[in-house]
Amino acid sequence: MHGIPVEGFMYPNEVELQWSVLIVLYPYITGLVAGAFILASLERVFRVEAVRPTYRLALLTALAFLIVAPMPLQLHLGHPERSFEMYLTPHTSSAMAMFGFVYLWYLMAVLVLEIWLDYRRDIVLLSQSTTGVKRLFYKVLTLGSDNISPQALELDHKLGYIITIIGIPSAFLLHGYVGFIFGSVKANPWWSSPLMPVVFIFSAMVSGIAAVLLVYMALCKLHGEIIDMACVDTIAKYLFYAFVIDFSLEMLDLIHRIYEADESFRSLDFMVHTKLYLPHIVIQIMLGTMMPLALLAVTQVIRLNDAGRRMLYAVAGCLTLIGIFAMRWNVVIGGQLFSKSFLGYTTYKIHLIDREGLLVAIALTILPFFILWALIKLLPPWEDVQGEHLATAYGDD
Amino acid sequence: MNLTRRRLLYLLPAAAIAWDAVLAGTPEAAPNYNMTEHWWGFLIDVTKCIGCGTCVQACKAENNVPDGYYRTWVERYHVADWNFENPVVDSPEGGLHGFPPSDKEGGKNFYVPKMCNHCADSPCTQVCPVGATFISPDGVVLVDKDYCLGCRYCIQACPYGCRFLNPQSNTASKCTLCYHRITKGLTTACCETCPTGTRQLVDLKNPNDPVHKFIETHSVQVLKPQMATQAKAFYYGLDGSVR
Repeated sequence: MHGIPVEGFMYPNEVELQWSVLIVLYPYITGLVAGAFILASLERVFRVEAVRPTYRLALLTALAFLIVAPMPLQLHLGHPERSFEMYLTPHTSSAMAMFGFVYLWYLMAVLVLEIWLDYRRDIVLLSQSTTGVKRLFYKVLTLGSDNISPQALELDHKLGYIITIIGIPSAFLLHGYVGFIFGSVKANPWWSSPLMPVVFIFSAMVSGIAAVLLVYMALCKLHGEIIDMACVDTIAKYLFYAFVIDFSLEMLDLIHRIYEADESFRSLDFMVHTKLYLPHIVIQIMLGTMMPLALLAVTQVIRLNDAGRRMLYAVAGCLTLIGIFAMRWNVVIGGQLFSKSFLGYTTYKIHLIDREGLLVAIALTILPFFILWALIKLLPPWEDVQGEHLATAYGDD
Repeated sequence: MNLTRRRLLYLLPAAAIAWDAVLAGTPEAAPNYNMTEHWWGFLIDVTKCIGCGTCVQACKAENNVPDGYYRTWVERYHVADWNFENPVVDSPEGGLHGFPPSDKEGGKNFYVPKMCNHCADSPCTQVCPVGATFISPDGVVLVDKDYCLGCRYCIQACPYGCRFLNPQSNTASKCTLCYHRITKGLTTACCETCPTGTRQLVDLKNPNDPVHKFIETHSVQVLKPQMATQAKAFYYGLDGSVR
């Protein structure tokens, strides 16, 4: 009836997939947000000085992706105009109902506030040094707070520190919660797992760290600046550690499933060896996990020159982002390809031009980079004013 | 009244809305129905089903179910020998037009009608982010289509595959147990038309309901009991191969 190829038996309403590539993007993008923020917090809370050059960039990256995060959800809804009902009349037993609140909390109470406090001095200075519309823009951004005395900046710094401390569990909450939306569906054995939120958190850290690493290196190239090798080495090390934990957790989940071999196992095992073989085994595990892990391990074990390390980091970072995207794909799409009767499989047909089609997905993937570009233009993380700022604000740490 | 062109332009949309309401009519009231006096369930006697598909047709006609989607459907099982882990199941167009002759030899063949189980602990109502789907006080799982966001989380959460997104309304849709009928003392469209009495509505709050008495005194089973959803679609004569 739907013209979708089916193998074996599906319950008739299962033939059509309900959650499309846009729902793959949603955990992917929120993961990048959470990961980027956690990287930023390394510098602020855990005093990992080496990653300081990426601190502001990580925050802006997180913001750029967070702005885009609800868009795929909104486009996917049958009635987007009713989405505000989630705020007005949330159903408290629903895992999904809380997303709006978690999202708003994270956006307004954590990210925007932290960025504003960190940039406040720059904004005040820019509102004095620019002219015309720009001046007005920065004037508005100061929110009337133009006191940049050392005492005021000290207070900003302290508040920012507290917000980062609140922000770390919030970042875990944001993405662990996304994992819970899937992990708590008992009807679906591919999703239903208490490990799901934890796997989501670690994979988020992996993707966010990789994204900031790549953006930092790309921006340095574009600006003609020298890449701070101590910084990228440290980021790569954290990427490696987070990846090892993430991979171990995913393997634990896999081994547990294989050993327990419950009623769904044969059906899921068949799916992994057929329909999901390419995205799961080849792209996610081999290309997107084992390869970058091996490359990162090489940089830890073998002494390579700067250019060699940079190249390996760039390749590993790209593969990581592909691998984590494949992981989201395999969770969301894979979880809908098999029948809950465990007797058959359906097919996901992605349209090119459609409200939930490939073009929209590509546009939504690119959009955060445009937003990031605009944010970098408006709130430059590398201007001279920033250098002074770091020296004055953090010099005494 | 001086009817200017401008005024006419104001009045026309209002008149269209009013005419729409007139055409729609007022919903039939059920003044004698007291929700708290009932707790609806369903009995499906698998041993009686002949796979004619009349129930699927009746449901489609009564509830205006779009093509390719099913509020109820019928599955045909073939279990060779003792191997009930690997049944062969088919349900061409949900059994809407019955089934072609089986080419399977040996073993057993039987039909299993499926529909919403109207679970008392329904995972679908649990996950709805706005509470657009709910359990009525008389135990029927319903969807408010004027409130549903169309997020489809409920469709994912149903272990039995009973929900779908109605492409006309872009909202979740499912069996309502013909709520518009049962509140007027009628039975469901599928029960009404079933030629063999396979499908029967049951009031689990009514001790004198003969179907209730049947469930009380016979071995019945629900689908996927491990899901612990307190399903209220009871099956009599259900084979272990059915999932």
